[in-house]
Amino acid sequence: MSARMTYREACRQAIRDAILADPRVFLMGEDVGRYGGCYAVTKGLMEELGEDRIRDTPLSENTLAGVAVGAAMAGMRPILEIMTVNFSLLALDQIVNSAATIPHMSGGQFAVPLVIRMATGAGRQLAAQHSHSLEGWYAHVPGLRILAPATVADARFMLAAALADPNPVLIFEHVMLYNAEGEIPDGIRSVDIARAAVRRAGGDVTIVTYGGSLPKALAAADMLAAEGISAEVIDLRVLRPLDMETVAASLARTRRVVIVDEGWKAGSLSAEIMARIMEDAFWDLDAPVRRVCAAEVPMPYAAHLEQAALPQPEGIAAAARALVKPP
Amino acid sequence: MPSLGADMEAGTLVEWLVKPGDAVKRGDVVAVVETAKGAIEIEIFHDGTIGELVAAPGSTVPVGGVLARLGDGSVTAVPAARPAAAPEPARASPAPEPRRPPPAGTRARATPAARQRAASLGVALDGLQRTGVDGAICLADLSQAAKPAPRRGGFDPKAMRAAIAAAMARSKREIPHYYLSLSVDVTATLGWLDRTNAGRAPPDRLLPAVLLLRATALALAGTPELNGFWEDGAFRPGDGVHVGWAVALRGGGLVAPAIRNADRLGLDELMAALRDVVGRARGGGLRGSELTDPTVTVTSLGDRGAESVLPIITPPQVATIGFGRVMERPWVVDGAVLPRRIVTVTLAGDHRATDGHRGGLLLARIEALLQTPEVP
Amino acid sequence: MTAKVHLDRAHGLALLRDMMRIREFEAACAEQYQAQNIRGFLHLYDGEEAVSVGVMQALAPEDAVVATYREHGQAIARGIPMRPLMAEMFGRLSGCCRGRGGSMHVFDRTTRFYGGNAIVGGGLPLAVGVALADRMQGRANVTACFFGEGAADEGAFHESLNLASLWHLPVLFVCENNGYSMGTPVEVAEADTEIWHKAAGYRMHGERVDGMDVVAVEVAARRAAERIRAGEGPVLLECATYRFRAHSMFDAQLYRDKAEIEQWRERGPILRFRAWLEQAGLLHEGEAATMEAEIRAEVADAVAFAEAAPLEEMADLDRFVTMDEVPA
Repeated sequence: MSARMTYREACRQAIRDAILADPRVFLMGEDVGRYGGCYAVTKGLMEELGEDRIRDTPLSENTLAGVAVGAAMAGMRPILEIMTVNFSLLALDQIVNSAATIPHMSGGQFAVPLVIRMATGAGRQLAAQHSHSLEGWYAHVPGLRILAPATVADARFMLAAALADPNPVLIFEHVMLYNAEGEIPDGIRSVDIARAAVRRAGGDVTIVTYGGSLPKALAAADMLAAEGISAEVIDLRVLRPLDMETVAASLARTRRVVIVDEGWKAGSLSAEIMARIMEDAFWDLDAPVRRVCAAEVPMPYAAHLEQAALPQPEGIAAAARALVKPP
Repeated sequence: MPSLGADMEAGTLVEWLVKPGDAVKRGDVVAVVETAKGAIEIEIFHDGTIGELVAAPGSTVPVGGVLARLGDGSVTAVPAARPAAAPEPARASPAPEPRRPPPAGTRARATPAARQRAASLGVALDGLQRTGVDGAICLADLSQAAKPAPRRGGFDPKAMRAAIAAAMARSKREIPHYYLSLSVDVTATLGWLDRTNAGRAPPDRLLPAVLLLRATALALAGTPELNGFWEDGAFRPGDGVHVGWAVALRGGGLVAPAIRNADRLGLDELMAALRDVVGRARGGGLRGSELTDPTVTVTSLGDRGAESVLPIITPPQVATIGFGRVMERPWVVDGAVLPRRIVTVTLAGDHRATDGHRGGLLLARIEALLQTPEVP
Repeated sequence: MTAKVHLDRAHGLALLRDMMRIREFEAACAEQYQAQNIRGFLHLYDGEEAVSVGVMQALAPEDAVVATYREHGQAIARGIPMRPLMAEMFGRLSGCCRGRGGSMHVFDRTTRFYGGNAIVGGGLPLAVGVALADRMQGRANVTACFFGEGAADEGAFHESLNLASLWHLPVLFVCENNGYSMGTPVEVAEADTEIWHKAAGYRMHGERVDGMDVVAVEVAARRAAERIRAGEGPVLLECATYRFRAHSMFDAQLYRDKAEIEQWRERGPILRFRAWLEQAGLLHEGEAATMEAEIRAEVADAVAFAEAAPLEEMADLDRFVTMDEVPA
């Protein structure tokens, strides 16, 4: 029987399962215990699993990341929750200088099997210090695996796969997805964290996206279908290492691609995808690669400005349409 | 690059049929050029030895541009051509800038996928349609080009339509047409034709069209004011009766290659010439001169067409003659109404060059000639 | 482990030997650096040997160590053999990190040596994490975390002390206060030049000890470790010391007088402890020379080993960027 739940509930069940399944797993973070999590993901878990496994922490992002690295090197499987990706900049040192480097720098003597979950993205009028999509920065760094669950099923099962990975894994949960409801198909008990997924098949143009932009890309595909344009929507799921095979295979059929990313364009993940398309699939292209990304502004507070700064289905559809039926 | 039509601005070299060192003589076909009207063979107009091939296959060369040099250093001759374009009628508009040839090294904007497929098909990109993003040649343009043989007779319907549009618009803009019609009883002539064909094998049979063609050619020979060109404000007679025979193409569009000196050919010769140009117009391989030579154009709608046709003059010609479908009609013959086979012939004349009186004479001659197919 | 120091002849000679081994090893490092066999940054520990040798006496093999980019002393005192250590500095496959870490990033799984760390303050959170893991897995181990006084300027220092104390984690924070963070004197960087005072702000036990006196350091470290093992929470031990050489090989030392260095040299940990051993009759005539010869041979062997050691295959450049499994 398939189960219907919110993305938030899926995250919560995933954490609960992981802690119950493995004594080495624990969750720590700011307000994850008594408060129940900034986005209420961990509500009730401390009461059930105890303060040892669900650890409220001081506001010390950098040290918490380092503690997670140390604990992982010494045999634990920590999950660190950082409230939002903007705050994770305080922890960049430990994520980039320790977690990502130690396995290689130690000549393979130490692995760093940790998971850092954080919220990302805009849409809740939280303005420029809570709303950015900086996952692309982390996707720049060798040694990290970067995940972006966009569906309830991925939210439910990516964590277990991330904990099974011997490497540091960062999971980016888009704030606008927490309330989204979805089905977990019958019989699904796990997901891979290696491949992109084709969320909608189509033949005229490929829309490559991930995370919070997936629902927008699917809405755009609906609009395009009404006009007789068949769009294929790819959910990257894994931002590092990128599954370019799936993208290239789609491109070999559609020969046109629009990349949708809530990050900025300059020096970004979308730029990286573009570059990889140039490297891997150039000769399949029958049109220039297009991007629909966030406006190059700090995310504004006012609702109309925030929405104007973000990719929207209409803009995605327009970009795809212009590739299929040039004006 | 010779001008192969009044509205031709440039052509794309498809292939060279000669190489440096080859001896050529006047009239030899030396190259194939893709134009808006299809692939055309280019003749040379001097005897000599090919020195240097200047234009590379695939490159687009503006009219008047150098394609090759003869061994003595002279440029391959362009036919002593009529000017490529008549002056624009609208005086208010400034003279257009001469179109500059594309700078050396520029190449067609094409998508990577189109470029790769073109390379694998051996198709030149220049001259293809450009329907892709930012005006690039995309795969769709290439698959259109690849369907008909791209080299010979590869009429690009879109480009041809554009060429017809330009020529016809110019004609209606510049030429004050007058129209004259005459319905001609061809019962006796067709009866003769049936009898003649009865004794022939199918390939040797004559078509009714050849009778119309012959009568028109002979009539024009006697009415030289209607056989020639209006150029630079004056009439210039043709150097022979070279009838441009309008051939409708199966993919749409039409082309009117010349049957040279049609007035001097016997019926069988004329029939052979007709089969030849129609076949090559549809299958490819027309020579450039065949498109520029006509001194007049004839349209015959054949047995499935309309009752009559009021054709538009192809500039810079001064006349065009159209034949409707041959229809059986009630006709008064010697005071009695009889069923007869009737064809309506229409003349469109350029009023700058001739008047209706002269046109009427032409129609009367055609009528007379259609009564006597067997002479001379 | 107990806090009591039994300074018998064997133990005294062992302390002296380890300090001399560090000194000789680093003399060879400096020489090899100038011969261009060692490159990158090379930070020598000359003068501070008593700190690492003294603290290591308080640790059991199951305990853990987190160090800094000036960590040759800790590495040798912890028992990492000279051969793989020198080979690492030579960038060789036989180095303890297969040539990927170099002088500033020495790791050794066998001795639970969780790295040199070239980010000032970067090691403190790791030490807290290692201690947390030991605690959560029911292991009564201590993690010794070395850092300089400059690290006390970093947020990570304060966050780590707070968290370790808050969670009563078994961390021995060892501040090696050599008076200069690179070229900046402690008086120029610290509102309170006594780093151990900061422990109070985190309800942590702190104390200061003469870092030029190996026995004093050992005594203080044993006492601290005993507190930690007794569940009384982490300890901040400040060791007042001095480095005789430059911050790194490329340092003109414009920031201090030669006279100051000479003053400290007279109090040098090896010089003083050797004299004391001789006075106490624990170091006999000629023994020091023999020891020195043995150590020189050990260092020469390490250099020869490093010189002869193979290079990592270039095809293995990206090996360990990601791991296929967590090492057992």
